[in-house]
Amino acid sequence: MSIGNPVHRIDGKLKVTGSANYAADFSVGTPLYAELVTSTVGLGRVTSIDDSAARAVPGVRAVYSHANPLPVDAADFFGAGGRAQQSWRPFESADVRFNGEIVGLVVADTLIGAREAARSMRVQYEEQDPAAVFGASGLEPEDLPDRGLSMGDIEQAMEASSQRVEETYTTYANTHNAMELFSTTAQWAGDELTVYVPSQWVEGFAAGIAEELGIDAARVRVVSPYVGGGFGGKGSLFTWTAMVAAAARDQGRPVKLYVTREQGFTTASYRAETEQDFRLGATADGRFTGFEHQGREISSRADTYVVNGGENTARMYHADAVRTGVTCIHADRQTPGFMRAPPEAPYFFALESGVDELAWKLSMDPVELRRINDIDAEPVNGVPFTSRSLMECYDAAAERFGWSDYEQTVGARTEGDWLVGWGCATATYPTQMGPCAVRIHFDATGQARVWVASHDVGTGAYTVIAQATALALGIPVDSVKVELGDSRLPPGTIAGGSISTASNVSAIEMAVAQIHDRMGTTAETMDPTAAFEAFGQRAIEEYAEWIPPAASRQQAKTLYNGKVAIVGGAEEDYTAFAFGAQFAEVRVHKYTREIRVPRLIGAFAAGRIMNEQTARSQYLGGMIWGIGHALLEKTEVDPRNGKIVNANIAEYLVPTNADVQELEAILVPETDTKVNPAGVKGIGEIGIVGTAAAIANAVYHATGTRVRHTPIHVEDLLPQA
Amino acid sequence: MKSFAYQKPASAQAAVGMVDPMSAAGQGGAFLAGGTTVLDLMKLHVLTPDSLTDVKTLLPAGIEERDGALYVGAGTTMAAAAEHPAFRDRAPALSDALWKAASPQLRNVATLGGNVLQRTRCPYFRDVASACNKREPGSGCAATEGVNRLLAVLGTSEDCIATYAGDWANALILFDTQVEVTGPEGDRTIAFEDLHTLPGDTPAVETTLGDADLITGYLIDLPDWAWRSVYTKVRDRESYAFAVASAAVALDMEEDTIREARIGLGGVATVPWRARAAEDYLAGKTLTEETGLEAGRIAFADARGWGHNDFKIPLGQQTILRGLMEAAALTREGTQ
Ligand SMILES: Cc1cc2nc3c(=O)[nH]c(=O)nc-3n(C[C@H](O)[C@H](O)[C@H](O)COP(=O)(O)OP(=O)(O)OC[C@H]3O[C@@H](n4cnc5c(N)ncnc54)[C@H](O)[C@@H]3O)c2cc1C
Repeated sequence: MSIGNPVHRIDGKLKVTGSANYAADFSVGTPLYAELVTSTVGLGRVTSIDDSAARAVPGVRAVYSHANPLPVDAADFFGAGGRAQQSWRPFESADVRFNGEIVGLVVADTLIGAREAARSMRVQYEEQDPAAVFGASGLEPEDLPDRGLSMGDIEQAMEASSQRVEETYTTYANTHNAMELFSTTAQWAGDELTVYVPSQWVEGFAAGIAEELGIDAARVRVVSPYVGGGFGGKGSLFTWTAMVAAAARDQGRPVKLYVTREQGFTTASYRAETEQDFRLGATADGRFTGFEHQGREISSRADTYVVNGGENTARMYHADAVRTGVTCIHADRQTPGFMRAPPEAPYFFALESGVDELAWKLSMDPVELRRINDIDAEPVNGVPFTSRSLMECYDAAAERFGWSDYEQTVGARTEGDWLVGWGCATATYPTQMGPCAVRIHFDATGQARVWVASHDVGTGAYTVIAQATALALGIPVDSVKVELGDSRLPPGTIAGGSISTASNVSAIEMAVAQIHDRMGTTAETMDPTAAFEAFGQRAIEEYAEWIPPAASRQQAKTLYNGKVAIVGGAEEDYTAFAFGAQFAEVRVHKYTREIRVPRLIGAFAAGRIMNEQTARSQYLGGMIWGIGHALLEKTEVDPRNGKIVNANIAEYLVPTNADVQELEAILVPETDTKVNPAGVKGIGEIGIVGTAAAIANAVYHATGTRVRHTPIHVEDLLPQA
Repeated sequence: MKSFAYQKPASAQAAVGMVDPMSAAGQGGAFLAGGTTVLDLMKLHVLTPDSLTDVKTLLPAGIEERDGALYVGAGTTMAAAAEHPAFRDRAPALSDALWKAASPQLRNVATLGGNVLQRTRCPYFRDVASACNKREPGSGCAATEGVNRLLAVLGTSEDCIATYAGDWANALILFDTQVEVTGPEGDRTIAFEDLHTLPGDTPAVETTLGDADLITGYLIDLPDWAWRSVYTKVRDRESYAFAVASAAVALDMEEDTIREARIGLGGVATVPWRARAAEDYLAGKTLTEETGLEAGRIAFADARGWGHNDFKIPLGQQTILRGLMEAAALTREGTQ
């Protein structure tokens, strides 16, 4: 086991002094400003656009729409192996497919002018009733039989159980509300295009923009050195990005677009709502018999996007029989996409609530029930885990939490006017990697430079990459300079699937091994002056392409193509996951039923930790978001017209400081030599997994009310009038 | 936002002389104080006045004793008022309601004049594409059958169920408060309880102010037992959220017996709401969970839920109970 030093972020000072350049901060001379116009109906057609008032606003240069489209083609949809957030272009027809879809783009001399002109557009529609939410008529279910898992005879296994839980759990839609708003700035120099856009995937964005504009990918450069919150929201190519580039070409001027907070709710990706039918049976002594998890997930009409968390819930515990499945429910909504732990956050709410329900039925401590069903190999194919420290996490968190005082009685504890409840849940995230290339330059002054088109989405990637390089070379961290977030750099991975660190560190260790090999040095004995003197050169540069060993031939070929390959999780010859355990204390007011979370303690084991401080921050951030997932975040869609009614951060609630009380993440030591050469598992997403279930379980403990949906609100716990 | 003229007069009287109406009728003048409501709504095109008349520095600011009552200048910021000893010591509900409102940034700029006139957060009022009788008289109400979890159950009509969103007014209404107004015809006062008007079939009309009336201050008659007052605010998160339900409670007690109770409700009604029938019921009663809840039931006897917000009826009752209990638990030093 090794836990890397808690080195402070090397970009910390830049950030707190405001000198780190985020995408929208780049200055491009005197740009024009673009503003989106979005639909106010949930389904139908644009019948007329009156832009006379918009054009009368001083400084307006152009109004684009389906009637005056920009030359932009559709790129392949991300969920189908492509790069784009959705499979169609807004201006390809007069159709309106969901409320808030882009129907126009205004370009003006000033931001205020563009905004005012966009608001002055008079768009007429032929309006139809959309089917936008679960329960609406006109939804189109698409079964995806290939995406399910099956092992053993589920009916027989359920019959063999002495206790069982059979329930439906639902999770509401959530919207990305990173601090950094969405934006795009496009600047042409002859045939060369530079695009500044918040991105978790500069390679893929560059390739996708080229595809949409019909130009050579080598002519497109995407720059995004700092990202003010990614979480998957900036992982697939935005619909508007190539439009802004096309407008800049049309206008012969750089163009800058800021997407408003409200428009960010409808024009970017989001976490869609799910309904999950869940069954779990156990023998009287707690051994699980049958496990079934069937999901239904909202997507757009055109695109099949599902997160299918059953693939991973099925790997968690012992079972004699397993069945999972997923149905894509096509609705009149925008296409959903990644959001932190896309499959696990919603699906582990069901699994970990269900396990808790079963523990109560069995009158068994919920921690012990998980211990009874702990496994070495996942049950579906019997493939062993590379490492699994689930119970070590439970034990560490339980001890810190004081779980030995747990009493399985509803309402056993009160403090003043508050009912107190405790709950716990498993966290997990598959360990995944992707092909990654790095270039490292090392010179006789002992300085190293690292280049990789990877991303620091606030995670601390700059710091961790510097640390990994320094450690492998045998030099101090502050001798390493790192450049990220530019598609001109050696191809890195998408910042998604928690793959960045494992992939970067593996590639760095490979490149550094090449350096040591050529110079005849080791990290332990590194003395740059002597080493370069003996080597007879002032500097050395090495390039490494690292391909995860389990990558398929096709995945190995994604490097340089701007394609995503994510390898890992439940593979044919190994199963790789990181694990954790979350413990929550909640308080529910005895009269008014507000739910607060005075304590949240998580323990996580994720192989080698590169930097204790940035890792802890990742876990804590995930857990805080978990509080939001459990109690606050809810994208409210008006079923009548598909309009999101709380598209602002006064009514779309995320936790404030006051909602986060005692919060602790314990780093449980773990060594995994099989998962990848670096021994690194991903930590970016696991922190949000299980939090909502731990809180819901604690709410039950406090009140005796089992709430099977997120978010949980006062009205779920109120006595009836 | 739509272009507008910015006017900065030299005096309150000059402001009254030049101010444009906010809209067709019934929404007061287009004054600019802290701007946290008016600019927000102008960016959304919900308000589109031709001009804004800046009064922020023209209004009296500060809190002082005047003729045995408390005088509060309309230019006082929420932040300054929240921490003012006169509120904290003599009527904590007036201070609590401000501490629990909005965020520090907003409280630092928002004024008490603008505060009582803040507009509803009804999502359909704030969206120009939706039907809203308050924004566009006669266009209908998208909220009655819409997503109305945060909307009102008291004082509603078929034409409007928009909640009065503010906090402080629900505490102010407990006390005999005179609103001092300067208008084209000179100065006058309005009883605070008469300032806001029920939506009825004219929801665009929200107050009894004329198109050029400027609020300059409040004269609050605080009984000496107002130290026993609280503002209990139920919200989805611990800070920076509008009330789902709230109760301002002031109690005059003799041992366990209530001599007089005053209850103001927020988050549940279309205007700052005084629960007088519940107050009458409580007079002379011993406060228990039963009598507290009965007061809640009486206060919500005429309430009507609209679907998503049905829960506000039981929640409002519980909020009253909690407010009463919290007020009763106060001691003279303000500790529980
Ligand atoms: C995100 C957010 C959260 C909030 N949360 C809360 C909350 O939890 N609780 C709460 O109570 N409030 C909350 N508020 C509302 C806030 O308190 C009000 O916006 C503020 O108090 C208004 O005061 P102002 O001085 O900024 O008014 P302005 O915006 O300047 O004016 C508001 C209105 O009053 C008129 N006006 C202003 N002064 C006078 C005067 N002296 N005489 C006559 N007319 C006048 C204006 O013409 C305008 O119509 C929140 C606001 C925001 C934006």
